[in-house]
Amino acid sequence: MSPAGPVPEHGPRARSRISLIVNTQPRELLVDPWKTLLELLREDLGLTGTKHGCELGECGACAVLLDGDLALSCLVPAVECDGRHVTTVEGLRDGPELHPLQAAFADHGATQCGYCTPGMLVAARWVLDRNPSATREEIAEALSGQLCRCTGYLQIYEAVESAARVLRGEPPSPPRLPAADRSVPDDAR
Amino acid sequence: MSAPRKTRPAVHAPLPHDSSERHVRGDALYVDDLPEPRDLLHAFVRLSERAHARILRLDVGPVPGSPGVAAVMTASDLRHGNAIGPAFPWDPVFADGTVEYFGQSLFAVAADTVENARRAAQRAVVEYEDLPAILTIEEALAQGSFVLPTEVMRRGDPPAALARSPRRLSGRLHMGGQDHFYLEGQVAMAIPREGGALHVFSSTQAPTEVQHLVARTLGKAYGEVTVEVRRLGGGFGGKETQAALIAVIAAQLADRTGRPVKLRLDRDDDMLLTGKRHDFLVDYDVGFDGAGRILGLDLVLASRCGISADLSGAVNDRAMLSADNCYWLPHLSVTSHRCRTNTVSNTAFRGFGGPQGVMAIEWVVDEVARALGKDPLQIRRRNLYGTRTRNTTPYGMRLDENPMPAILSELERSASYAARRKQIAAFNAASRFSRRGLALTPVKFGISFTATHMNQAGALVHVFTDGSVQLSHGGIEMGQGLHVKVAQVVADELGVGIDRVRVMATSTEKVPNTSPTAASTGSDLNGKAAEAAARNIRRRMARLAAGHLGGRPSAAVFEGGSVRIGRRAMPFAAVAKLAHVERVSLSSTGFYRTPLVHWDRGTFRGRPFYYFAWGAAVSEVEIDLLTGEYRVVRVDILHDCGGSLNPAIDRGQVEGGFVQGMGWLTTEELWWDPKGRLATHAPSTYKIPACSDVPEDFRVTLRLDEGNRLPTVRRSKAVGEPPVMLAISVFHALKDAVAASADHRASPRLDAPATPERVLLAVEELRQRLAAPPPETSR
Ligand code: FES
Ligand code: FES
Repeated sequence: MSPAGPVPEHGPRARSRISLIVNTQPRELLVDPWKTLLELLREDLGLTGTKHGCELGECGACAVLLDGDLALSCLVPAVECDGRHVTTVEGLRDGPELHPLQAAFADHGATQCGYCTPGMLVAARWVLDRNPSATREEIAEALSGQLCRCTGYLQIYEAVESAARVLRGEPPSPPRLPAADRSVPDDAR
Repeated sequence: MSAPRKTRPAVHAPLPHDSSERHVRGDALYVDDLPEPRDLLHAFVRLSERAHARILRLDVGPVPGSPGVAAVMTASDLRHGNAIGPAFPWDPVFADGTVEYFGQSLFAVAADTVENARRAAQRAVVEYEDLPAILTIEEALAQGSFVLPTEVMRRGDPPAALARSPRRLSGRLHMGGQDHFYLEGQVAMAIPREGGALHVFSSTQAPTEVQHLVARTLGKAYGEVTVEVRRLGGGFGGKETQAALIAVIAAQLADRTGRPVKLRLDRDDDMLLTGKRHDFLVDYDVGFDGAGRILGLDLVLASRCGISADLSGAVNDRAMLSADNCYWLPHLSVTSHRCRTNTVSNTAFRGFGGPQGVMAIEWVVDEVARALGKDPLQIRRRNLYGTRTRNTTPYGMRLDENPMPAILSELERSASYAARRKQIAAFNAASRFSRRGLALTPVKFGISFTATHMNQAGALVHVFTDGSVQLSHGGIEMGQGLHVKVAQVVADELGVGIDRVRVMATSTEKVPNTSPTAASTGSDLNGKAAEAAARNIRRRMARLAAGHLGGRPSAAVFEGGSVRIGRRAMPFAAVAKLAHVERVSLSSTGFYRTPLVHWDRGTFRGRPFYYFAWGAAVSEVEIDLLTGEYRVVRVDILHDCGGSLNPAIDRGQVEGGFVQGMGWLTTEELWWDPKGRLATHAPSTYKIPACSDVPEDFRVTLRLDEGNRLPTVRRSKAVGEPPVMLAISVFHALKDAVAASADHRASPRLDAPATPERVLLAVEELRQRLAAPPPETSR
């Protein structure tokens, strides 16, 4: 928080003025006391990449980095973000190039409906930032709060592992295709 | 991006999802992400807090006085009717006079913010007088409470066959329902347009149905309402009929206030208000011989439909039609009770009754095997349909193909089934508190809507004078990769790169009178319709090219972005430009209706399915005898995708469907309290599989042979739903592990979902049963 902390304008239900840094951009705004960081991002800043999944802190769709740490933005009161740094999916890439995680998710079929993807990417970034050689177990541990209803997770693992290789300066792993069995036609064929 | 986006030809290539790049950038827009129009109002729906009660008083008088409120609406405000049932006229938008389930919508408020709408809604006063509620299938059966009449499908003479059978077993299995838990909850935004028209953005699998219901409940013509869908954050059947309620409420409030209205349900409200997969109670009486051949079977399926029919007729029909799975059952009777209960109206869910039907017969076959002390795989194999004889389904449809014997052999070999059986026996013998189980189960799944008229689709293709292409079709992209598959077909038809084909948002304005994207038919139907549209344009362009290049139009080859006749060629874009100059249309609709299918519901006879998709899975699990906790050690899948349009997409469907099916049968437990309130209405208590639940060793093989023997789109096969049923192998592996705790001396009693608690109880029950003296009579 900034030294003065959020300043209530008037009355207990009044809006507070806060300033924070979102995806490297300084922002200053008035927020309602009941607003979550998720709502602030989506409604006040128009950053709709971060999703509503449950608003109960249990699905991970709303994950962002708050001062570099993984946070569920649906649980964070916006007023508590005064003076803090927020990174969302929109801030993962630096210029037009996709972050290696983003490229890997797109290439490895790690997105189906895509609704879990922003939170999943942010969480994956958080684990690889800390440990670019994370094992599958460590990745699973770090992503354990991120629900995906579509993919069955395997392609997400493969994408994270491929991105980790790129971040370590190795070539990406090629997308793994399902094994194809063209062998024996059945006897009726 | 490194993936080969321009691979030619596009069909059969593993291209990424058409939105994957937007998904990862975070700029793929879902309804809730659309720029909000000026004056947008937010709606909130207040839900009932009784399972069954007379509404003595519903006083919304205090609501309009609350800050920011623009409108409040109850059943009495719906002047053009309150019923939005898809197949049968009921399903009220708002409760009227009585509430029929806990979580039913009572009324809605529109206000300037969601927060204000929610606060205002709490000001209404509701008083109830409780009425007796029927909550379970058993209660409904006892009281004769049904949403639809009981149906029976019969072949041969089951009572006589049962009486003749050397061995006979009967029993009961309960399997729970499932919440869809699409990550994007239900949402719609309705925007009034000029002249009384309405534009609705809806997260729906059935835009035409939403259009009709919005129009009807507003007394408007269908043509005055447009429904547009860019993409869904997951559907799984939960947005087939259930999306209509949300869209209708938003539209009603928009029409009333003249302002745009958005309604997005909170997760809890979504889980309380909207329907789920049907839970089933199965009673069976099976007769068999010493070799395990099933001679007669009497199967009774009773499902919990909730308060209304919704799609329950078709769901239960499909359960009946799936109850043969891959087995020849010469004397069979399937009775289906569609129970009415004071719970949310259950609805479509990936598989649409099929999983419950397959689960029922797989349980029966497994019981037969255990009664004989044989490996269930052996008994499964013994009862398979034949390839030339014994290959007619109970509803009189002959199988055009039966790859199952081959699939079982291939999978048995590639998964080292026999060797692992031995290893597992050795492991179990040596282990004190752990037991491993193994099961191989097959799946046959019928593709087509059983309502024959729904098997149709339309598409609209435009070619522009620079050679770029816009494609619209009636299908909904909900994550399954439908759009890229259909674009692949169009790209190949026109011989252009996939990156020249832009798939437009699905809209009733572009393609009218569509069927829902459901029953796994999305790419079969829409791919064919789009192919027809593109082919029309190609024919016209071929004539032009022939005029220009010389040669016959039929000799024109569209490939690699150019049109070639003999040795002369011109760019595709040049032909497009020429068409404009020559005043030839570069736009066409396309239409498709599935051939061959017919179905007589009265007699349960016909060919309800165009073809079948096939697959099988082997699962190995390990349970902890002290806690009931378990892990899925290894899964091997062999799944038939015909000539897959896109093996990368199909892999995702197989893996994702399997894990979703696994959730249904293992961790996802819907639990209603005695008052009829769904207690598991949030992810804290309702557990869908997390990444730690993925099988530790997960091997998926697609069986790609010469392709579908029927002329489906590029000989592909539908893949959306069938993989869900592959997860039945996990359930049976768990049962096998429980059986191992008693050295396979008896068959466990295990209902689905097989939560750790149920596994533990099953181990305990088995122990006690074997300790007790044997019962006097056994059948
Ligand atoms: S929306 Fe925050 S965890 Fe689900
Ligand atoms: S891709 Fe749909 S929830 Fe993960």
